[in-house]
Amino acid sequence: MDITSLTAVELGKKIRAREISVVDAVTASLDQIERVEKDVHSFVSVDREGALERAARIQEQIDDGRITGPLAGVPVAVKDNMCTKDMTTTCSSRILENFKPTFTAEAVRRLEKAGAVIIGKTNMDEFAMGSTTETSYYGVTRNPWNLRHVPGGSSGGSCAAVAAEECPYALGSDTGGSIRQPSSFCGVVGIKPTYGTVSRYGLIAYGSSLDQIGPIAKDVTDCAAILEAIAAHDPKDSTSIDRRTYVHTTSGKVRSGGKEEVCPAGYDFTGALVDDVAGMRIGIPKDYFGKGLDAEVREKILEAVRTLEERGAVVEEFDLGLVQYAIPAYYVIASAEASSNLSRFDGVKYGYRTEDYEGLHNMYKKTRSEGFGAEVKRRIMLGSFVLSSGYYDAYYLKALRTKALIKQEFDRAFEKYDIIIAPAAPTTAPELGKSLSDPLKMYLGDIYTISVNLAGLPGISIPVGTDSKGLPVGMQIIGDCFEEKKIIRTAYTLEKTRTYERPEMINNMSKKKEPAIGRKGEDDQCMKGGRA
Amino acid sequence: MAKQYETVIGLEVHVELATKTKIFCSCSTEFGGAPNTHTCPVCTGMPGSLPVLNKQVVEYAMAIGLAANCEITRVCKFDRKNYFYPDNPQNYQISQLYLPIARNGYVEIEAGSMKKRVRIHEMHMEEDAGKLVHDEWDDTSLVDYNRSGVPLVEIVSEPDMRSADEVIAYLEKLRMIIQYLGASDCKLQEGSMRADVNLSVREAGAKEFGTRTEMKNLNSFKAIARAIEGERERQIELLEAGKAVIQETRRWDDNKEFSYAMRSKEDAQDYRYFPEPDLVPVIIDDEWIEKIRSRQPELQTEKLMRYKKEFDIPEYDAKIITGSKHMADIFEAAAAICGKPKKVSNWLMVETLRLLKDHNMEPEEISFAPENLAKLVELTEAGTINNSVAKEVFEKIFLENIDPGVYVEEHGLKTVNDEGALEEVLKKVIADNPQAVEDYRGGKEKALGALVGQTMKAMKGKANPGMVNQKLREMI
Repeated sequence: MDITSLTAVELGKKIRAREISVVDAVTASLDQIERVEKDVHSFVSVDREGALERAARIQEQIDDGRITGPLAGVPVAVKDNMCTKDMTTTCSSRILENFKPTFTAEAVRRLEKAGAVIIGKTNMDEFAMGSTTETSYYGVTRNPWNLRHVPGGSSGGSCAAVAAEECPYALGSDTGGSIRQPSSFCGVVGIKPTYGTVSRYGLIAYGSSLDQIGPIAKDVTDCAAILEAIAAHDPKDSTSIDRRTYVHTTSGKVRSGGKEEVCPAGYDFTGALVDDVAGMRIGIPKDYFGKGLDAEVREKILEAVRTLEERGAVVEEFDLGLVQYAIPAYYVIASAEASSNLSRFDGVKYGYRTEDYEGLHNMYKKTRSEGFGAEVKRRIMLGSFVLSSGYYDAYYLKALRTKALIKQEFDRAFEKYDIIIAPAAPTTAPELGKSLSDPLKMYLGDIYTISVNLAGLPGISIPVGTDSKGLPVGMQIIGDCFEEKKIIRTAYTLEKTRTYERPEMINNMSKKKEPAIGRKGEDDQCMKGGRA
Repeated sequence: MAKQYETVIGLEVHVELATKTKIFCSCSTEFGGAPNTHTCPVCTGMPGSLPVLNKQVVEYAMAIGLAANCEITRVCKFDRKNYFYPDNPQNYQISQLYLPIARNGYVEIEAGSMKKRVRIHEMHMEEDAGKLVHDEWDDTSLVDYNRSGVPLVEIVSEPDMRSADEVIAYLEKLRMIIQYLGASDCKLQEGSMRADVNLSVREAGAKEFGTRTEMKNLNSFKAIARAIEGERERQIELLEAGKAVIQETRRWDDNKEFSYAMRSKEDAQDYRYFPEPDLVPVIIDDEWIEKIRSRQPELQTEKLMRYKKEFDIPEYDAKIITGSKHMADIFEAAAAICGKPKKVSNWLMVETLRLLKDHNMEPEEISFAPENLAKLVELTEAGTINNSVAKEVFEKIFLENIDPGVYVEEHGLKTVNDEGALEEVLKKVIADNPQAVEDYRGGKEKALGALVGQTMKAMKGKANPGMVNQKLREMI
């Protein structure tokens, strides 16, 4: 069997059991990258030498018992909007071409502490603005399931890399669906945690009040383990919440035997890997399954819902309300924050500066005109407009109020339901080049994911099959704030009823390869059947 | 008859807070340092960095707000002010617009014999910008971010002042309050206190305000007074000539005593303020306010009362000494050491004020240790040195902070109390001045003075004048 077909947790286990060395694990990823990158192009940069050096160092630390966690020695790819010290961090933008940060993002630092080996930085929509990874300055990423299709975005590189088995897992970021939607398009699992769970320190901001970093992997077990490694209270991020002590007003109280118990949110995500949904109350928002949703996608999701029902979940349809206001509210808020967040890229301190200029203002103008792509400029202009004096109340303030109302809608829903199930996207992955020409239509594709960011909720996307074109369909499970455990538990239960599907090109590739190591009987239990 | 005009003035005062670290990161706020040595990813606006609020800034701001009789905002938030300039590394400044820390206060001022209240509209916290250094030779500009992120409060008054005197009185009052709170050293020259003057004129008795201008770049109280006078005259001249005052920002050039327009209202930038998403609201409860209130130190008015009562110091002297927190601190420390508050107060009121004036210094610039003043008082009280020597020694203390004990010893300035040595000198003086001796014996008291002078001169000023007098009489 292939090293690259293993999940992160499986690979970690073998590394700790000395069945696979860290260098071998990293080499396997690097070799796979070499094989598929010309087709898929998941990475903006691959740090081959650095990764091998780090692998040797981590091996020593595993050998002398300093690192013992489940991710020790496992390679990882990081979305290129997270700062990595002395490694280029471009946000897939020309304006940060060759930019090397002086510090490492907190989430990445925590992974490094857990023994992860960073092998490279993944491609994305420029500054995470887009849903296809086509707005990258460094070229498009292709969907490993069908190279003529997009991988989704903005964490398209991370999701494609995991699907193409270039790395066992990756980090993504999600502002309006940027982990869940590409996970859905690429047939992998991705979690967007509750706002405040993972530190944003070192994540180059797009929409600060919406951005969250999260894991992308082949299965739910990996995602839970990765989330456990990266989630922590960080005093460097004022919006970070200490879940060890934080008790959510609604989800933090549990009724048992007539008594109300107070439960802090906590960080024990792997504890939720329980194959049981008996009594789980599932809400299906009717508004999410009507017009605009592809029939095949609807069918696949409802099929999965029926499976959960068979496993004892209680399913009910309901009206969520305000669904149609989520997209305008999101684009106003996210663009407003982005217009300010991106103003620091001005050619003065770092990154790209125009060649010829006359005076300061001309330098600003030319640098930013040449350094940013069309979608980024569109959102900077939109954001600047909605914050302008005379328009602030009508747009920005109204959007903030809408955001608060949307949160209330979810609060009401979570009084009745433990989780909400929705599509991750209206369709499977579109073809390359079909989306950017009509940005409004592209924005509409975010309809099922955006509200979750506006309300600060956690959401997971897991594969539930493929459509007639052979492209993966993802299902989204949404929880109340701090209820990651419920969505992990539901996703895990569903996953147990299915087999992991690989893109055909990856299947064919590994058939041609020699088996790297022998397969042991005991490992079969944690392997999903059907994986070659 | 010429029209009478009234000047209407409101101030925006920026004060750099005396925190050890910056408002949103842990870099030092120390003044001076080589360029870009007190910096980190946060205060240089590196991608991915995030601000974390320094709690001390909130506490200083609350303390100033309370001392200025303001309402403290219970849920206070930061906002971003967006504008492009290289001294501003993120191209936005984190400030407060919608929910500033304090509002609706006032301070009492005394200008001339008039007491009045100047109302405070609001007070907010914000970060300072870096400094641009223009290299004329190279035709380049460099940025020093050491000052970027140094905490500021901006105190915005209502248009309640009517003259330069009132403005100076208001500024001195604010400075005094803030210095007493220890929240800032308020040095105008170093820029730790900056004032922008909003000024308009109107015909005496008019109800409506005239069009105002905003004056920037005022680095001293004197410059402020001159700028107010200059702008008042400029606006009156315009009105007298039938022209309109244009609402604009003007820059005062104190060397030329002239202001010129920087930008008009039409060019005013749209700062696109919006709530800072990287910071959470500051929730201020009663308990926190009470904690700050209970920690408030004795302010100037209270201190003045206490000096009069406890040390029996005249009102005028107490006012001068408490007029500078620094001077009051020196006074109290020195008085505590030597136990002679009135003597200490005399040294401050007479010699210190004279030397400050001679050297064109502010009381804040006094640099000697209170211990040395206390020692000097002890030396004079014990008769170890006489008054004229003491004055000479004090000047040394004032200028070089010398230890008077050591200095007197090293320079042999002790009063000579050795009778034998004195008698030797006296014998010589009497022998050398037969005429004066004769005159004295003849009843001319004045003649004795000349003999005392001769003796002091011969003893290089170190003799005890009382003893010289007495001995002379005896010997003649």
